[in-house]
Amino acid sequence: MSQNHHNDREPIFRMVKRAELPDRQITLLRLSALILALAAGGLFILSVGYNPFLIYGTILSGALRSPMAIQATVKIIVPLLITSLGVTLAFKMRFWNIGAEGQIIMGAVFASYFALFHADWNHWVLIVVMAAAGMIGGGLWGLLPAWFKANYGTNETLFTLMLNYIALHIVSWLQDGPWRDPGSQGFAKIARFDKNASLDKVLGVHFGWMIALALIVIVYVYLRYTKQGYEISVVGESQETARYAGMNVKKVLLRTMMLSGAVCGLCGMIQATGSDITLTTGVTGGVGFTAIIVAWLSQLNPVTILIVSVLFGILEKGSSVVQSSFGLSTDCADVLQGIILFFVLGCEFFIRYRLVRRKKRAEDRGEGGGR
Amino acid sequence: MSQSLERKNAIECRGITKSFGTVLANDHIDLTVRYGEVLALLGENGSGKTTLMNMLSGIYHPDEGSILIGGKETVIHSPVDAMSLGIGMIYQHFKLVDVFTAMDNIVLGTKEKRLSQKALKDKITGICQSFGLEIDPEKRVYEMSVSEKQTVEILKVLYRGAQILILDEPTAVLTPQETERLFAILRKMKEQGCAIIIITHKLNEVLEISDRVTILRKGKSIDTVQTAQADEKMLTELMVGQAVSLEIERPLIEEKQPILKVVDLTVTRPDGSVAIDDISFEIRRGEILGVAGVAGSGQKELCEAIAGLMKINKGAILYEKENIIGKTPAEIIKMGISMSFVPEDRLGMGLVASMGMVENMLLKTYRNSRGPFVDRRPAREMAENLVDKLGIVTPGVNTPVRLMSGGNVQKVLLGREIESKPNLLITAYPVRGLDIHSSYTIYDLLNEQKKQNVAVIFIGEDLDVLLELSDVIMVLSHGRITGFLDARKATKEQVGLYMTGAVKQEVGA
Amino acid sequence: MDFIINFLVAAVAAGTPLLFGTLGEIMNERVGHLNLGVEGMMSIGACAGFLAGYHTDNFIIALAASFIAAALSALIYALLTVTLMANQNVTGLTLTIFGIGLSNFIGIWALERSETGTLKLPEMITAQMRNISIPGLSDIPVIGPLLFSYSPFVYIGIIIAIVLAFYLNKIKSGLNLQAIGHNPGAADAAGIKVTQYKYASILLGGGICGIGGAYCAMIINGGVWVSNNVGGLGWIAVALVIFANWKPVNAIGGSFVFGALRILKYYVPKSIFPLPNAFYDMMPFLITALILVITSMRKKRNLSLPANLGNNYFREER
Repeated sequence: MSQNHHNDREPIFRMVKRAELPDRQITLLRLSALILALAAGGLFILSVGYNPFLIYGTILSGALRSPMAIQATVKIIVPLLITSLGVTLAFKMRFWNIGAEGQIIMGAVFASYFALFHADWNHWVLIVVMAAAGMIGGGLWGLLPAWFKANYGTNETLFTLMLNYIALHIVSWLQDGPWRDPGSQGFAKIARFDKNASLDKVLGVHFGWMIALALIVIVYVYLRYTKQGYEISVVGESQETARYAGMNVKKVLLRTMMLSGAVCGLCGMIQATGSDITLTTGVTGGVGFTAIIVAWLSQLNPVTILIVSVLFGILEKGSSVVQSSFGLSTDCADVLQGIILFFVLGCEFFIRYRLVRRKKRAEDRGEGGGR
Repeated sequence: MSQSLERKNAIECRGITKSFGTVLANDHIDLTVRYGEVLALLGENGSGKTTLMNMLSGIYHPDEGSILIGGKETVIHSPVDAMSLGIGMIYQHFKLVDVFTAMDNIVLGTKEKRLSQKALKDKITGICQSFGLEIDPEKRVYEMSVSEKQTVEILKVLYRGAQILILDEPTAVLTPQETERLFAILRKMKEQGCAIIIITHKLNEVLEISDRVTILRKGKSIDTVQTAQADEKMLTELMVGQAVSLEIERPLIEEKQPILKVVDLTVTRPDGSVAIDDISFEIRRGEILGVAGVAGSGQKELCEAIAGLMKINKGAILYEKENIIGKTPAEIIKMGISMSFVPEDRLGMGLVASMGMVENMLLKTYRNSRGPFVDRRPAREMAENLVDKLGIVTPGVNTPVRLMSGGNVQKVLLGREIESKPNLLITAYPVRGLDIHSSYTIYDLLNEQKKQNVAVIFIGEDLDVLLELSDVIMVLSHGRITGFLDARKATKEQVGLYMTGAVKQEVGA
Repeated sequence: MDFIINFLVAAVAAGTPLLFGTLGEIMNERVGHLNLGVEGMMSIGACAGFLAGYHTDNFIIALAASFIAAALSALIYALLTVTLMANQNVTGLTLTIFGIGLSNFIGIWALERSETGTLKLPEMITAQMRNISIPGLSDIPVIGPLLFSYSPFVYIGIIIAIVLAFYLNKIKSGLNLQAIGHNPGAADAAGIKVTQYKYASILLGGGICGIGGAYCAMIINGGVWVSNNVGGLGWIAVALVIFANWKPVNAIGGSFVFGALRILKYYVPKSIFPLPNAFYDMMPFLITALILVITSMRKKRNLSLPANLGNNYFREER
């Protein structure tokens, strides 16, 4: 019988799960995705009538051209970095914490209470209390969905999403009523914090950046080398296995989400007292959502998160310079960010799977078999 | 149906070859099944049975060779193609939509228009009557028993007018009684002129139901024999490729001290149903207690109750005379009770699929080191040690276990449990999905433990193995102990009868 | 009486964009894809619909443009999550960021090129979108304003909901589609073309979201383009899907209830209920969160919730 005519209508490509790719190849794949994305973004810029090289160049130089610019860029990076680290803890456990926005807000709310009403305390005592309050606020906001998940299996993706908006409206209530600045003449806003209640600057930027850097190390060590970190990865992989190994899955779930929320809450405190010096509904600046993407793209690796956050920060800061020099709106940054992310997300597929052309299989190498 | 059909070949495979990467899964396989005949396809795990069947159902495409359906050479492009050629596949893992009714599942994906509920019900009842099947068409799948679900699967293919049925290990989840009922249905189909291929590795079933047997080994079709002229020994030798003794060793330990006593234990599941219903038993050191029962009779909950993973409603579990109820799972592990449960997908509990051996060794011992940090050194030593001792084949101790073969994975699991030097070893389905050789390695490991005066609770599926390996057999049915038998004297029929819960009788142990 | 009728009519208007978003997301979730990109798809539909309406002065073309543009953005999501099996949450969030950004960007870009410095829809299309008035029917007291006094969008939304419900419950292909959301493996084994269904449903859902976006851009601000015109309604739609228990017909009532909640603060006399505005704004989310908790506490099986929601499907080849 003829050998190959059977395959006529077999799909040209089929997908096969890869075993493990060498790290170098993975990096290469991601890099080529990034280059493709930049090319696609370039086409977009070209289509609205600008020179992509000029725009990209301006983004880069705009973010880094002067100490002032770098300081502004760092200010953008800090909340993104901290929040990404926060959600990483939850994601490692396969808990879909989409609620970073809400946790940041609640952290900011808790911290703001002390900034508003206890501004007379000793500066450092106040800072420490505010940080603790922020962590408690965010932690509790993270604990809530975890508790329902642990006890009733409530869908955490949707629940944390709802909690974001509940938190947001708590702030709008506060600024509209109880915490409204009487001196604001008709504007519903909260008063600017006392200087005593704001974060000190180190090298021109509030010292939140030092906390962020410290958190990278802490989260890295926590996940990699501690018993609790080990528990998180086991629970994330298989709750049944964790149970059989005698772990208290519920406890791990609650503890980890509390920590995840606490880190996000700390970010809220830093934003309110370091960056905004007041509490507004815009305290998150949307980083709660962006951080989810950053953490995921960085494969939950704290060091990679730093790199990705820096790139995002440069893109955002640079875009504001593009706006002032070319009149392109800053929304351009979101579009470019979206394009890049789409490409990188798509590229993950080629890391995990391999397309195999039909026809002879004898040429295929390796990983299909084994069982 | 008609005489002419009976003589015709339903399926003829000629020289089917299929490779995955460098692995040759099917190597020039020939196979023929006629209408009005049951063909058993016998082979160990990994012998290429499933690959072959997946080619007949259009999921894979042969690299070489040809398939003839009803005498005509055919190319099967997809499962839909297979269906329209009259080939119906009944998978081992049911492919049903839980929240749908039986009816909706049956018509799902067919080309016809949505019938009225009444018309559809009548049509299905009609099919049921002609083949002797029983089902409530309006029952939702999640409320069904395993054998009801299987009935729905069979109805799915019959509804589509399949004349050729392929059943993949259909009896794995059934009681002996349910198996009998299934076989009666299959015989009826055969009378109606259907061609049936049944994939199995249970020899007694092959002998009971089939007309002919085709044996596969390492991807090759070794032989096809008339069932009437075959016996177990001959089939095993063909399947394994060498003479094997089917005897499982059963050393007798003289001195047996009681170690665990379960008294009036009652456990309810989270959904409120009773899983374990007021049972009492005792297990002694140097003894293997085999637990038999239909899937879901309370085996899992019994394991979990002893391991401290389930809330206990009533009763006591005395370990070395101390009640362990209320202790945390970690404390129970520390006391020397080790439990492993191999679920159907084999990697669900006990091991973390994406982690390597070292990290998996840590699972039950990571707490032992002081301070907040994990110490990976002893785990690495233990992993390397196990590789040597049990001959585990793996590229490295950090290779994710999901990349290892089934036999090796189970060795890692059981090996780790044994390394913790337990006094009581609970193991559920440790040979699930393993070939004969690997299974025997596992039995040897268990016997080894028994000789070292460890008490072993062995929860199994294969009654033949349970009867040969255990000292005592406890039969569970709906969470109750329906029989307690001396494994040396009990027969399979007895155990089967107890499994259905039909009789409750104490036979001295 | 008039007060109540006014309130109800306003509630319907406030709920209409939600209805489209919810129906679109239902079609996504019914095939197992939790698409958090609703806000983004609506924004893209808003921009495309508005600009098409602005340039052609034709309501039908504007609707078609919003549908097609949003469906194309859904295509990105489908390509990434269905074919390339990227994470659904991350892809959806990216789509939201991208969609809002693109919509605002193009809006500002067009704005800068307009002669007047504002973008306002021309006369004819404004007339076409105006609340209908059927002589005789619309004048009936109570029933007239309650049933026959809305913008064509309202009726389009209700018709889409009914058609979708009919499709899901009465047509064979609708049963197939539901099976995919519950158990794609079973659907695949039954010969259903899982990938094709998923693409079709996600694209259709995206398109429907886009029409909701067109409403936001063309109606809410009186036909004048403003940035961020969807303003978070997409997220309420995600919540509404739960409230509607994944059923298109429930989405109609649910949208109007949530619409009522959105405007309640303007109608409730502050002297009797001195509740802060923020409380009313919070209500949709609070109620949805409560529903989530309550349904998970009930042990009963939810037959509508797609069991495989959020998971991609890969037909394992060995």
